[in-house]
Amino acid sequence: MNTLTHMSDIMIPMVIFWIVGYGMVSGVKVYETFLKGAKEGLRIVVEILPTLVGLMMAVGILRTSGFFDLLGHLIGPATQAVGLPAQLIPLLIVKMFSSSAATGLVLDIFKTCGPDSYAGMLTSILMSCTETIFYTMSVYFLAAKVTKTRYTLPGALLATLAGTVASIFLAGKM
Amino acid sequence: MLNYIWAGMILLGVIYGVCTGQMSALTGGALDSAREAVSLCITMAGVMALWMGLMEIAQESGMIAKMTKGIRPFLKFMFPRLPEDHPAGEYITTNLIANVLGLGWACTPAGLKAMEQLAELEKQRAEQRRIEQQRMQPVNRQLRPVAGQGTEKGRQGSEDRRYGAEATAASNEMCTFLILNISSLQLIPVNMIAYRSQYGIANPAVIIAPALVATLFSTIIAIIYCKWKDR
Repeated sequence: MNTLTHMSDIMIPMVIFWIVGYGMVSGVKVYETFLKGAKEGLRIVVEILPTLVGLMMAVGILRTSGFFDLLGHLIGPATQAVGLPAQLIPLLIVKMFSSSAATGLVLDIFKTCGPDSYAGMLTSILMSCTETIFYTMSVYFLAAKVTKTRYTLPGALLATLAGTVASIFLAGKM
Repeated sequence: MLNYIWAGMILLGVIYGVCTGQMSALTGGALDSAREAVSLCITMAGVMALWMGLMEIAQESGMIAKMTKGIRPFLKFMFPRLPEDHPAGEYITTNLIANVLGLGWACTPAGLKAMEQLAELEKQRAEQRRIEQQRMQPVNRQLRPVAGQGTEKGRQGSEDRRYGAEATAASNEMCTFLILNISSLQLIPVNMIAYRSQYGIANPAVIIAPALVATLFSTIIAIIYCKWKDR
């Protein structure tokens, strides 16, 4: 896994170098353009702040009530065997419906286990590899006025399962 | 949808908390989480501003447009029956590129436009099929003079219903596009790195490479599935 870690290290500096360099070569006013984009980025963060407060509060309540422990107790032993810690069960379920709700759970896992723990690593990889199934499907199909989704759901579930299996495998190697 | 999830989480949490006697802890849990959300946003603001700034440069310099051109062959492979210069193609590429670059919020508008265009295309196809069928009809009648008037009508009725249903069913292109979208190939998981850096660890970016491998794997599975279903 050393090469993977190394690749991770150089990826961001490379991308930054490439983008700024390419911008300079093509005669873009890089600094001013950067500021324009940065402003937009800040606006997005301000916009998601209320969402985050609402959802993290809900997760906080659910966690302190001890409900997650119950859930983990019930299904945990079965999933533990395949390398899936009990804390991740609620995340896997919620992730299919809403990515912002899932974000609340992710932060909770980072806080309780640490981002570099096995559960934290697995969560990070898992959340990076697939999108929210039901949210995406409902919004996109609404735009096309489609009611029969045919093989979209099985395909999406299959891709998510593949991502999950790969994440467990990779997190185990880290 | 989110309304139910949110309310469900809170109501369930409070009820379960009361049952297990965690009432005072609940208050702390709720307030702490709210504070944490704010401090998280402050960390995230930096990462987000940095990334969006870089993306703006990439856009202005024509880098993104070049990438869009680059994945044209891939588009042709995934959507073989999509007409070459159909506007849906451009929206699909924009959406996929935004996905790859981790611009989650930027890919939805293009994605929705792509779906609308695909729906339009499907409507045209249905129309074309109907015209073709009408042209075929006299031939059919000649070939089958024995068929009674009643059965002929019944058959036509059921076919009409089939076309009516088709208008609201997803086309192969739509299924492929959505599955690709959900499997979401992502180069750098910007959000995850931002969240990780919030919790004070040495290297929040170590997940880039494994995440890339995982997302590549899920996308390859998605492509194989789509090609198999679309054959």
